[in-house]
Amino acid sequence: MSNFYTDNESLKFYLGHPMMEKIVELKERNYAEKGQYPDAPEDYEDALDNYDKVMEIVGEICGEVLAPNAESVDHEGPKVVNNEIVYAKGTQQNHEALRDAGLYGMSLPRKYNGLNFPYIPYVMAAEIVSRADAGFANIWGLQDCAETIYEFASDEIKDEFLPRINAGETCSMDLTEPDAGSDLQSVRLKASFDEKANCWRLNGVKRFITNGDANIKLVLARSEEGTTDGRGLSYFVYDRKDNAVTVRRIENKLGIKGSPTAELVFNNAPAKLVGDRKLGLIKYVMSLMNGARLGVGAQSVGLAEAAYREAYQYAQEREQFGKAIINFPQVYEMLANMRAKTDAIRSLLYETARFVDIDKSYEAIGRERSLSAEERTDLKYNQRNADIFTPMLKLFSSEYANQVAYDSIQVHGGSGFMKEYACERLYRDARILTIYEGTSQLQVVAAIRGIGNGSYIKRIEELDAMNIKPELEGLRNKLREMTAEYKKMFEIVSAFGSTSEVYDFHARRMVESVGYIVMGYLLLQDSNRCERYLRSCEIMIGIGQAEIAKNLTYVKNFTPEMLSEYKKTTERACEVNE
Amino acid sequence: MSYKIVVLAKQVPDTRNVGKDAMKADGTVNRAALPAIFNPEDLNALEMALSIKDQLKDATVTVITMGPSRAADVIRESIYRGADEGFLVSGRAFAGSDTLATSYAISMAVKKLGKVDLVLSGRQAIDGDTAQVGPQVAEKLEIPQITYAEELVKVTADSVQIKRRLERGVEVVEAKFPVLITVHGSAAPCRFRNAKRVMQYKKACTISEQQEKGMDYSDLWNQKPYLKIEEWTAEDLNPDMSRLGMSGSPTKVKNIENVVLTQKESVVLSDKEEEINTLMKELISSHIIG
Repeated sequence: MSNFYTDNESLKFYLGHPMMEKIVELKERNYAEKGQYPDAPEDYEDALDNYDKVMEIVGEICGEVLAPNAESVDHEGPKVVNNEIVYAKGTQQNHEALRDAGLYGMSLPRKYNGLNFPYIPYVMAAEIVSRADAGFANIWGLQDCAETIYEFASDEIKDEFLPRINAGETCSMDLTEPDAGSDLQSVRLKASFDEKANCWRLNGVKRFITNGDANIKLVLARSEEGTTDGRGLSYFVYDRKDNAVTVRRIENKLGIKGSPTAELVFNNAPAKLVGDRKLGLIKYVMSLMNGARLGVGAQSVGLAEAAYREAYQYAQEREQFGKAIINFPQVYEMLANMRAKTDAIRSLLYETARFVDIDKSYEAIGRERSLSAEERTDLKYNQRNADIFTPMLKLFSSEYANQVAYDSIQVHGGSGFMKEYACERLYRDARILTIYEGTSQLQVVAAIRGIGNGSYIKRIEELDAMNIKPELEGLRNKLREMTAEYKKMFEIVSAFGSTSEVYDFHARRMVESVGYIVMGYLLLQDSNRCERYLRSCEIMIGIGQAEIAKNLTYVKNFTPEMLSEYKKTTERACEVNE
Repeated sequence: MSYKIVVLAKQVPDTRNVGKDAMKADGTVNRAALPAIFNPEDLNALEMALSIKDQLKDATVTVITMGPSRAADVIRESIYRGADEGFLVSGRAFAGSDTLATSYAISMAVKKLGKVDLVLSGRQAIDGDTAQVGPQVAEKLEIPQITYAEELVKVTADSVQIKRRLERGVEVVEAKFPVLITVHGSAAPCRFRNAKRVMQYKKACTISEQQEKGMDYSDLWNQKPYLKIEEWTAEDLNPDMSRLGMSGSPTKVKNIENVVLTQKESVVLSDKEEEINTLMKELISSHIIG
């Protein structure tokens, strides 16, 4: 009987974070629904107890159904049968178990049959699901689309689609096309208004669509004829019942094989406009994308946890030279780093989710009544932090999940290269994390704003000012030194001007350096609340110190002429030696 | 018409993880040392009941359990998974019941519910392994019984078709309602708890539990009657008191032996043909098989 919630003490730890009381109070509008719905909590303790009990269900289903199914799902994969996507048998079982347990529509309001959970427990469920099967986490996690409908669509659309989410209808977000990947402004799928039928019609091709045959599809399409940029795009909802989309094929992927990725043809497909015209990309998709990036953060943490556990168990059991390999310094260092990195990205995940939680609740309250000046200030504060923490989370969590999965195979040695062990699947599944919902490179582009306007430093200063136990002072001093080193680096780079190519060239170094400091402070706060995190905190600060020193050295030795050297080097790469 | 499905469930000590203090010196089970769980095959029975309900649509699932006040856990757990209501049969009068007294008490509780279409229970409980209570209840209710049910093949408006798991194969049988079914562990596992139901019913409790907590829930129960789990004592069942508890139990435990398997008594065999042959001969000569 394995339970992926109760066997991981960290989850309860973040569920009980001091900020939760405020988060729950906002989400529950001061427990206004307590007499109205039998499942609505009466107070904070009651709500927390609800989350705990529901996470236990998630943990049980993940441990008992999803994880045991993961291998067969990976082998079998989905198929296209009569123009419909049929999930692997295990995927269908996973879906039904979570649907019957009422675990779809977790964050939706109760009037749409949702659980009205804040982001923290919702994200936690995503982490647990991902630990069991990262590919399935996509199908389950696409309930995020409901959030976009709830936020921006008309009441009529909300009433039509939202109650269906809890009943288990799945979603997809149809954004990318053959020539519009990272650059979504180039989307071409055409939306035209059909006066006769009084609805929009979609025509064109979408590519790389996760869960492409979903019941409810959110589609980005060009509604303004003659435009070529993002301002000509609008957002639509399409209902699978209308049967006007052809699944051309599903992709054969390296990993997350259970999650169908489809190429779709829209054949005069009827659709409804979500929100206002022309705001499709610039407002709605950006909002959806931030939610999805938080989702990839949860997915990364879950996968890293799984990869760490596989490696740890193997290292304890595997004996070489007369002892378990975990006793060799090179192995236990690897394992300790894996543990520390996983702890660091988990702490970053829940810090980000807390900002998003408060931000989203205020935004929702703002649609119900006007916010007070104090509330508006609080909203802005949390919004700003959500904006800068989301790309930071996506960047670090996805890269670390890959590193941990890589090391997990390394700990397994030759066995890890064989299909018999789960680590090889985790390694393949991890690879997409740094790519979809915006590559790592695009996360740097999004995060660099927070570097330039000093938002990260502001948050670092707040974290620095928090009370800690005297025995943690030494670690805080190290973080202060790291911050000073980072500031030197920023000074050198910003002297070239924030619009210069040099600035872009060093962007990742700056963003990552700040990330090490942030994660260090977060783990310091965690250690302050619970000693369990102290080792990880020390290890991460050690890694961070070394990385920042490396980055600073690089920046110091850098001259602008080197840019052209880099370009020349890329040109040389394909020269033929005649 | 509305169908009434009853599930008989029992809270049992978790004998699957037995430590050395599992038995008391007097040869009875040391319940305090073992965690109390939902009898595994009763969960299979609950699942079958819920899937019959899913198919009949207009049906309710009622759980009856007999035990001390903490046995209300079984009722809450059943409700979390989809049962509509539950009754706890509890009190000193039932103490020391063997299977005969238990089945009498439970049959009286089922009768109190009025017209019942289906009664389901696990094949047996892991603490006693008798498999007697289900069949005895059927006898006392004077309804047919299907034992060892593994699969619900078909449900119609007035009958069920059940696949039975027998020692040497399977058998499909059909019975009209009312019928009692005992369910085998190889049947479909029980569905998981439902998030909303857990949040809605987590505070459900019995009068005894309320008293143990030193709380007064009368206001809460007035507002939310579904949070009260009804508790039936002997008087509520209007029974022949001599057939309950100790006095109604002809079974007397003479002696229980504590058997500890030691290393010496186990033999490790390889998969070589001759070793398997030797083992087979040994088993046949000692009349364990054949």
